[in-house]
Amino acid sequence: MTAILRAGFTAAALCSAAIGLACGGTQQEAPAPAPVVAIEPIDPATAGAITGAITFEGTPPAPTPINTGSDPYCEKLGPMTTETVSVGTGGALQNVFVYVKDGLGNRVFPVPTAPVVLDQRGCRYVPHVLGLQVGQPFEILSSDNTLHNVHAMPESNREFNKAHQEAGIRHMHVFTAKEVMIPFKCDVHRWMNAYVGVLDHPFFAVTGTNGAFELKGLPPGNYTIEAWHEKLGTQTQTVTIGEKQTSTIAFTFKA
Amino acid sequence: MLHLFTLVVALSTAILIFAGGLVTSTGSGLSVPDWPNTYGWFMFTFPLEKMVGGIRYEHSHRLIASTVGFLIMTLAFWLWRAEPRRWVRRLGFIALAAVITQGILGGITVLWYLPEPISIAHASLAQIVFCLTTAIALFTSRGWKQAYASNGAAPDDRVLQKIAAATTAWIYLQIVVGATMRHTGAGLAIPDFPLAFGQIIPPHWDAGIAIHFAHRVGALVASVLILATTGHVFYHHRRRSELVRPSIVLLVLLVLQVTLGALTILSAKHYIINSLHVVTGASVLVTSLVLTLRAHRRRFADAAAPGSVYRDVPSGGRVLGRSGPAGARA
Repeated sequence: MTAILRAGFTAAALCSAAIGLACGGTQQEAPAPAPVVAIEPIDPATAGAITGAITFEGTPPAPTPINTGSDPYCEKLGPMTTETVSVGTGGALQNVFVYVKDGLGNRVFPVPTAPVVLDQRGCRYVPHVLGLQVGQPFEILSSDNTLHNVHAMPESNREFNKAHQEAGIRHMHVFTAKEVMIPFKCDVHRWMNAYVGVLDHPFFAVTGTNGAFELKGLPPGNYTIEAWHEKLGTQTQTVTIGEKQTSTIAFTFKA
Repeated sequence: MLHLFTLVVALSTAILIFAGGLVTSTGSGLSVPDWPNTYGWFMFTFPLEKMVGGIRYEHSHRLIASTVGFLIMTLAFWLWRAEPRRWVRRLGFIALAAVITQGILGGITVLWYLPEPISIAHASLAQIVFCLTTAIALFTSRGWKQAYASNGAAPDDRVLQKIAAATTAWIYLQIVVGATMRHTGAGLAIPDFPLAFGQIIPPHWDAGIAIHFAHRVGALVASVLILATTGHVFYHHRRRSELVRPSIVLLVLLVLQVTLGALTILSAKHYIINSLHVVTGASVLVTSLVLTLRAHRRRFADAAAPGSVYRDVPSGGRVLGRSGPAGARA
């Protein structure tokens, strides 16, 4: 009996060591890639735009109250509800990520140096949905005087999980691959989640309370536009814009 | 005194498994991103008022785990100093090695963002630690040491030995499948109970459904094995209380465990019910282990001949020997 137990634990220890050696160590932040330069600048004299609005058809689901009792700091902020499906006046659907999915060819675009900020404020992620470019600085900030963890769960980029102990803590990150969308969550406050779209071009927008979006500065051409919503899924449309032309499209999501 | 301490250690291990179940059930496994520190604090100086949200589950789990680790370390040292049987002393060090490995697995799974193989290994090794602490508690009990002498020279029951061992092994396998189901997010892959999508056999399959269904089939097989083992005990050994008592406990725990399993699904994985299902499963395992070890009692090295006694020695330990002036270490 003793021999069996001993052999079993020896095997378990060896397996653990083997797994440890195979999987390597903890992850490190990726260095910022060198800035890329547009090899085919867009002529502003011919550039057009795509505008539109996203609407929700039907009776929108009622916001669900969030139980914030697990953290007195969040509880003191007052009642909170989910923001999964946020519908405004006239069915305007908020927090839809709209972007050019196809049609830009092999163009390379300059990467902005100004960081995009994701704030942890009021025990929420603000904004709830946002976009940025590959290589663009991404700043995660905490404005809350409570503990948060920022847990990014990408598939194409590198996963990370950072501790934010108090207000004012910042963490910089750079995504190295395009990915729509990357879920973020706080494991301390289970209701906190956000979505980040990472693209290799600047033609994206997130709908606000009026459900509107605008993709400016597009060269004339045929484009596939995708609208992504965390709960309602995705829709695509093709649109053609000519020189200095502004095309208008609309997306309608149903319950 | 030593035996009382082993019981405390075994009970604390069960509490630790429940706490671990709470971490998984509440999705709090990554609420503390660093390890072994907690948000930069040394683990034992982390302010209590900062234990909010998921941190209260994860950090509590770490504190309980540290306590259990300390208790098992104390137990190993105590056994080394006072236990006359060499194989029991070694078992103490095996338990210590297992709990240290368990702690390292727990740290790795946090630092590597809950990789499924590591998380499953962490959950599975926890059961081994519980089995070891329970076995040590059993081996240091008066009844074990006296070889359940009140039953006289009860002969080995090879059938019971085989079926009890098979039952224990199957329950462990079933727990590993359950851990796989939990850590791959397949706990509600089949959302109804007792049927599966309204049918006995799921009408469609994917990896999650397969793991979930395997856990259900495994529960059925485990139930049959437990009924066979306990039925054998009740029929053939109704006068052997050391076998009858764990058999009764095993049946009660089986009913409780199946009920909790059903409620876990019907409550959409309520975290308390889910965690109780985890710790009750562990309790089923160790109860079956106790029954198995008792059925094998006569095959252990310290199988006492009638009249054997433990006696205190000046060094503080105890020796096993025959009644009379002389005694020798087993």
